[in-house]
Amino acid sequence: MPDVAPAPTTVRMTYRDAARAAIRDALQRDPRVFLMGEDVGRYGGAYAVSKGLLAEFGPERIRDTPLSESTFVGAGIGAALGGMRPIVEVMTVNFSLLALDQIVNNAATIRHMSGGQFSVPLVIRMVTGAGRQLAAQHAHSLEGWYAHVPGLRIVAPATLEDVRGMLWTALEDPDPVLIFEHQALYNMEGDLAADAGPVDIDRAIVRRRGDDVTLVTYGGSLFKSLQAAELAMAQGLSVEVIDLRTLRLLDMDTVVASVRRTHHAVIVDEGWRSGSLSAEITTRLVEQAFYDLDAPVARVCTEEVPIPYPKHLEDAAVPQPASILAALQRTTARGGR
Amino acid sequence: MSEPAVIDREHGRRLLREMLRIRRFEERCAELYSAGHIRGFLHLYIGEEAVAVGAMQALTPDDAIVATYREHGHALARGIPATALMAEMFGKQEGCSRGRGGSMHVFDAATRFYGGNAIVGGGLPVAVGLALADRMSNRRRVTACFFGDGAVAEGEFHESLNLAALWRLPVLFLCENNLYAMGTRIERALAQTDIATKARSYRIQADVVDGMDVVAVEAAVARAATEVRGGKGPVFLEFHTYRFRAHSMFDAELYRDKAEVDTWKERDPVATFAARLVRDAGLTPDEHRQIDDAALREVREAVAFAEAGTWEPVEHLTADVYTPRVPEVHHA
Repeated sequence: MPDVAPAPTTVRMTYRDAARAAIRDALQRDPRVFLMGEDVGRYGGAYAVSKGLLAEFGPERIRDTPLSESTFVGAGIGAALGGMRPIVEVMTVNFSLLALDQIVNNAATIRHMSGGQFSVPLVIRMVTGAGRQLAAQHAHSLEGWYAHVPGLRIVAPATLEDVRGMLWTALEDPDPVLIFEHQALYNMEGDLAADAGPVDIDRAIVRRRGDDVTLVTYGGSLFKSLQAAELAMAQGLSVEVIDLRTLRLLDMDTVVASVRRTHHAVIVDEGWRSGSLSAEITTRLVEQAFYDLDAPVARVCTEEVPIPYPKHLEDAAVPQPASILAALQRTTARGGR
Repeated sequence: MSEPAVIDREHGRRLLREMLRIRRFEERCAELYSAGHIRGFLHLYIGEEAVAVGAMQALTPDDAIVATYREHGHALARGIPATALMAEMFGKQEGCSRGRGGSMHVFDAATRFYGGNAIVGGGLPVAVGLALADRMSNRRRVTACFFGDGAVAEGEFHESLNLAALWRLPVLFLCENNLYAMGTRIERALAQTDIATKARSYRIQADVVDGMDVVAVEAAVARAATEVRGGKGPVFLEFHTYRFRAHSMFDAELYRDKAEVDTWKERDPVATFAARLVRDAGLTPDEHRQIDDAALREVREAVAFAEAGTWEPVEHLTADVYTPRVPEVHHA
């Protein structure tokens, strides 16, 4: 028998590579798919996600747009109505505010307002979150605002599998899906199955099993939360970590089932505390699991300031493993364990 | 005013019929609003009928329409049945948008009518995208995008003209300049009031058309649509027109003189065209009355249809917010 190495079952790559693989896969699968946004072509994407795709797919399908967020997002809506499957990239969530009219007044409303006649199968990808000293107009976490709006689906891939797999599922969805990619994740390396493919965009998932407290988070805060859980374990506290994955519609079944076992909940959300996703989840726990809780729900959110530029202040503004650990200890200490 | 010497007998009568259908429909809507059958905001098209009627004559069923919240005229001229349109005004589920949109949000898949957009300027990017889909799919269709002079001050107007010109997309921009953005006269809103010049600054071919003359509108749109369909890129037409009624039913019209309104009413597109048909195409008073009677009858039937319509069950309240999911496709 010749000595043949088995085909690799995983491939080492970054989150950025996985995001690019997802776009390439979609372009290959469906001729209706195209990518459009600022500097996605020749420049290769502000975060280098689409690097190389212009050479591979040409300027008709990798479309550089002018700096006209409202119009290229609106054009995505129109193209989706016209039978295409556009992927629109918005450079950061802060810039997406220039397209808020199109996203909220058109993409989210047209299906219902037209009596179900027209759907908008549009995918919008955008970058969110702090961590790279980009200050107060490039680093906010506004996905919670979008999660307020009926008619939109909001997802936040935190892992290589999810950033690789959520895009295709989102493109197959007849309704608009917004994908939030946390900027701190792009350089994260990991092993992705060679045959990785589509994943669901409906359910939360337990990323770490635990018995004492349920930690609910998503996106860029997932790995900080897992670190905090590891630190807590060293102190004898067993933390279950749930990655929400989808921010609208929220999969509360997974969260509630866990809280019914652990009787404690901590929510980690890089959005500001007031009127946030964390507030929504807390309220739903109060509504659905009040009598299962042994202690008040604790929250770790971003301080209520515009994200500052200096590293020490930026770090202090957003959730960190230490602040998450403190919240885990606080809520379980109070719970009469 | 440039007029072709001859108006085709039948076609002339069709244009008059279409304009009268809108005029009578809108007059009835005003009454129904006062009587409380139509609620919300209601914006009437009276005075501007020649624009929608002339334009729709020059478009094909394959083309797409994007319109504004003052769109009843466009909907009727496009072929949406008056019954379904009136039921929509009433909020009945027999309406063209199941009653969910009302006066400002008329949608109709059968005629490729994409709203009914009530954010001023918000329809333009959508029109650009519809045209992009046609271009990428090699379909020789036109997307006709109606908007008013008010939209010209919006950023989306400028972004959309730029992008359509940059990508040479088959959009027909149709600006209904009725001189007022709600109550703000154009000189008080635009530093440059020559709107066609703005379009030309984006290297878009732009013409100014008498929007009170249905024949001139039809000819201009036919020419422009042919060019757009032929791959020339976007074309822009600015129609000079005037709204005879208030902006909406809550408008006391403090911002304009009665004398100005009366001057424009002398150019009433329906009356002047009827007179022209009498003069040039042998329209008799009897024929005119018959056309008008038919329009009134159609509106009466539409009202009866709307009154007989039914309310969408409250249990359906959240239907169509999302497309129902087919059960379970993928596993994480």
